[in-house]
Amino acid sequence: MAKRIDVSGLTAYYGSHKAIEDISMTVEPRSVTAFIGPSGCGKSTFLRTLNRMHEVTSGGRVEGKVLLDDEDLYGTGIDPVSVRREVGMVFQRPNPFPTMSIFDNVAAGLRLNGNYKKSELADIVERSLKGANLWNEVKDRLNKPGSGLSGGQQQRLCIARAIAVEPNVLLMDEPCSALDPISTLAIEDLIGELKERFTIVIVTHNMQQAARVSDRTAFFNLAAVGQPGKLIEIDDTERIFSNPSVQATEDYISGRFG
Amino acid sequence: MGTPTQITDAPPPASQPAVDKRAARGATRPGDRIFLGLSRGSGILLLVVMAAIAVFLTYRASLAISKDQGNFLTTFQWDTNLVPPNFGIAVLAFGTVVSSIVAMVIAVPVAVAIALFLTHYAPRRLRGPIAYVIDLLAAVPSIVYGLWGALVLVPQMTGLFSWLNDYFGWTGVFSWEGGAPRSMLTVGILLAIMILPIITNVSREVFRQVPQMHEEAALALGATRWEVIRMAVIPFGRSGVISASMLGLGRALGETMAVATVLSPTFDIQASLLDPGGGTFAQNIASKFGEATEFGRDALIASGLVLFVITLLVNGAARAIIARRKEYSGANA
Amino acid sequence: MSTATVTPKGPSTLRGARLPKWSPYAIAGGSIAVAIGIGLAGGLHSRVQWGLIAAILYVVGTYAIASAVEGKRQAKDRIATSFVWVAFLLAVVPLASLIWSTVVRGVKVLDVYFLTHSMGVVADTEPGGGIYHAILGTLEQVGLATVIAAPIGVLTAIYLVEYGRGNLSRAITFFVDVMTGIPSIVAGLFILSLMLMFDMEPFGFAGSLALAILMMPVVVRSTEEMLKLVPNELREASLALGVPKWRTILKVVLPTSIGGITTGIMLSIARITGETAPVLLLVWGNAFINANPFEGAQASLPLYIYQQYANSAGSGAAYDRAWAASLTLIAFVMLLNLVARGIARWKAPKTGR
Repeated sequence: MAKRIDVSGLTAYYGSHKAIEDISMTVEPRSVTAFIGPSGCGKSTFLRTLNRMHEVTSGGRVEGKVLLDDEDLYGTGIDPVSVRREVGMVFQRPNPFPTMSIFDNVAAGLRLNGNYKKSELADIVERSLKGANLWNEVKDRLNKPGSGLSGGQQQRLCIARAIAVEPNVLLMDEPCSALDPISTLAIEDLIGELKERFTIVIVTHNMQQAARVSDRTAFFNLAAVGQPGKLIEIDDTERIFSNPSVQATEDYISGRFG
Repeated sequence: MGTPTQITDAPPPASQPAVDKRAARGATRPGDRIFLGLSRGSGILLLVVMAAIAVFLTYRASLAISKDQGNFLTTFQWDTNLVPPNFGIAVLAFGTVVSSIVAMVIAVPVAVAIALFLTHYAPRRLRGPIAYVIDLLAAVPSIVYGLWGALVLVPQMTGLFSWLNDYFGWTGVFSWEGGAPRSMLTVGILLAIMILPIITNVSREVFRQVPQMHEEAALALGATRWEVIRMAVIPFGRSGVISASMLGLGRALGETMAVATVLSPTFDIQASLLDPGGGTFAQNIASKFGEATEFGRDALIASGLVLFVITLLVNGAARAIIARRKEYSGANA
Repeated sequence: MSTATVTPKGPSTLRGARLPKWSPYAIAGGSIAVAIGIGLAGGLHSRVQWGLIAAILYVVGTYAIASAVEGKRQAKDRIATSFVWVAFLLAVVPLASLIWSTVVRGVKVLDVYFLTHSMGVVADTEPGGGIYHAILGTLEQVGLATVIAAPIGVLTAIYLVEYGRGNLSRAITFFVDVMTGIPSIVAGLFILSLMLMFDMEPFGFAGSLALAILMMPVVVRSTEEMLKLVPNELREASLALGVPKWRTILKVVLPTSIGGITTGIMLSIARITGETAPVLLLVWGNAFINANPFEGAQASLPLYIYQQYANSAGSGAAYDRAWAASLTLIAFVMLLNLVARGIARWKAPKTGR
C-alpha cells in the first residue's frame, strides 16, 4: 500500500510568483512526515504539489520531479485524476459534502472508481469509519447529513472518506487547526494508527503536534516576504527538536521567530 | 407619499445594536421624523400600488366577466363585440403555457451549461468578457428581439420545420402543413433566447458560491471535472437553478412584443407546435387592443388579471425557494 | 521495499492512457466529413440534417474512442466538456446574428435626416420620414417615469436598510420581489383601468406611470444592495459624533454609495426605455410631433419599431426604418449600460475613503 515519495528540484509558481524553490526530499513509506515553518513559507503549496492539486489554483504550475516509488507524477502521460486517487488529501477545514449523508460521503470516492455491490460498499464504509475511529459515533445515523456532525467528527469523516479508496499516501493540510484540543487529540491518535498502513505527510503550525505525531520533520523557511519558500532541513523529528543542524531551525522551534 | 404626522412609533428597541438605539432616540427630532416618514411612506406607497393593481384589475375584469355569455375559463372564443359577448381564456392559457414550456425546455439546459462554462470550463481570461456579452444579451429590448425574430429567425426556421415534419411528423406535435413558420415552436425558441441571460446569470452566481473546499474535496478523491460538478456543484446549486428557471419562466409567460411580432395568431388550439396559430395572454392583449371597444378592453384586462395571478405565483415560488436556500447556506456557513 | 507491497495494481496505474490534445478536433473533423459523405450519398437536402448527423457522430465517436482509450469516466468528462462548449457557442449565434442584422440593416436609412424628422406626412409604406417624434416621446416618458420612480425607489430602499425591521419591511421586501416579476403589459393594463374609469384618452404621462411601476422595484433592489455595502462603522462613527440619523444618511451613507445607486438607476432606465407593451396601450403612437406628454397621443421609439413592423404590410421602407430605429434604441440602451458601468467602476474605490 504505502509508497515512498522522492522529490527532486521542485519549484512551484502562482502565475509569475515563485512560491517554493528547488525542494528535494524523500518521504519514507509507513511513516509520518511533518512540515513545519512560518506562515507563507510554502509548506501547504508544497503539500499540494504532491497530489497535483497545486495546478488547480489559477496560475499554478510546477517544475521538477515527484517520484511515487519510481513513477514521476509530473511525467508525460500521467493523469492527474489518477494521481489524486492514489494520493489522498485531508484539508484544513473539514469539508464533507453538505448534500450527502455520512454513508454517501465515505462512499463518494468509491462510487467514482468502480462498481461495488451494495454489501461490498457497506463493508468498506464500515471499515473506513472504523479506521477513522468514527464508527461507534455514527453507526446509528449513517443516513443523516455529514454536516450535522461536530467539527472533529467531520474531520474524521473526511479522513474516512480519504482512506476508503485505499490511497498510497495521505496528505494532511493542518487537519487540526480548526478543531478543539480534544478533537485534535483524537485525530493525532488516529494518525498514529494510520501510519501502519499509509505514508502520511502532515502540515502543521503546531510544533508540539509535529513533535508528538511525526517520525521525521521538515522545516521550511523563506528569506523574506515575497521570496520563495525553501526547505531548510529534514531529519528525524527527535533530532530536529533536540539538536537541529541549522541555526534557523533552532531559532524557529525555540520560538525566536515565526 | 406618506405624511410625517402618522409616524409616532420608533423601531423596536429590543436587542438592536447601538446604532439602532440611537436611531430610536433620534426619531423624535423633526428632521428624523420627516425623513423616516418620507422613506416609510415610499415603501407603503409601493404596497398601495401593488394592492391597487390587484383591486383595479379585478374590478374591471369583473365588469367584463359578469356579462360574458361563455365560460371565462373554458370558452374557445374571443368575441367581445357580439351581443351578448362570448369570450374565454382557454386558448390563451394553452398557448402561454405551451410557448413557455418550449422556451424552458430549450433555455434551462443551455443556460445551466453556459453558467458551468463560465464558472468551470472557460479559460479564465475569457470569463469576464463572456459574462459581459451575456449581460448585453439581457439588455437588448424585447421589441428588437421581436423584430429580429420576425424578420431573421422566422425565415431560418423553414428547414428545421420540414426536417422535423419528415422525421417526427407522425407524433402530431411536429407535423407541419407548410404554412409560414410563425408558430409556437418559433415563439418558444425566441423566448428561450430572451430568457437565457437571466437564467444564466442567476445560475452562475449560485455556482460561483459553491465553496472551494467542496470542489477540492471531490478533486482530492480523484474526480474528473465533470464528476466534481456532479458531486459538489450541482447538488449545492440545484435549488438556485430551480429558482433561476422560475424567474425565467415568469419572463416568458409575460413577454408581449416578441410573441406579437412572431406569432401568426388564431383563436384555437393547435396540436402541432409547427403549424401557425394559437395565442398567448400578452400577445392577445397587444394585438386585440387596437380595435377593442371599452367592453373589449375590460375583457382584455380580465385576461391580463389571469396572467398577473400566474406570474405572481411563479415568481413567489421562485423567491420562496431562494429565501429557503439562503437560510440553508447560512446555517452551513 | 515499498514496491513489493500488497498493492495489486501495477506500477502504471497513474499513467492513464490519454488521448492527444488534438483528438477532439480530429474527431470533429472526421464526424463532419462522414456526415457530408452520408448527406451526399443519401441525397439529404436539409443542412440541419447534415449538422445533426455530424453532431451525433461527434458525440458517439468521442464517447466510443475515449472510453476505449481512456475509460468511461474520462469519456463522460469529455462529453460534458463538449456539451458545455456547444451550449456556449449556441448562445453566441443568435446574439451575433441579432447585432449583425440590426447594424447592417439599420445603417441603411440612419442619418441626420432620419433623426431629425417625424413621420408626419409620410405614409407607413413609403420611404422617408424619421424618428424625431419617437425619440422625443421616449425621452419625455422615460424622463417622467424616472422622476417618479427614482426618488420613491431610493427612499424605499433607505427605509428597508436604515430603518426597516418587523412586518412592514418584510412585506415591502416581499412585494418588491413580486413586483419585479410583473409583466410589463399588466402594468399597462393597470393604468388603462384607471384611464377607463376617468374616460381619458391616451397620453404620454400615462405611459410614464406604467413605466414607473416597472422601474421602482428595480431601483429599490439595486439601491438596497448598494446601501448594504456601506460599512456600519461609517454610520456609527457619524452617529457617535452626535449627528442625527437623517443627516448621517444624507451626509455619510448616500454620498458613500451614490455611485452604485446611480448605476442602478441608469440600468433601470435602460430597461424601461425598451418597454413597448405599456406604451402601446397607454400612449398609442402618433406620426406627428407631440411635445406635450400630458395631452394627446405620443410616439415612442420601441412603439415606433413595432408599428413600422406591424402596420406597414411588409413594406421594405418601413422595415428599414424599423431596423434603423432598433439600432438607435440599442445604441441608446448600450450607451446607458456602458456609462452606468463606467460610473460604478469610477466610484467604486471611493467607499474606503
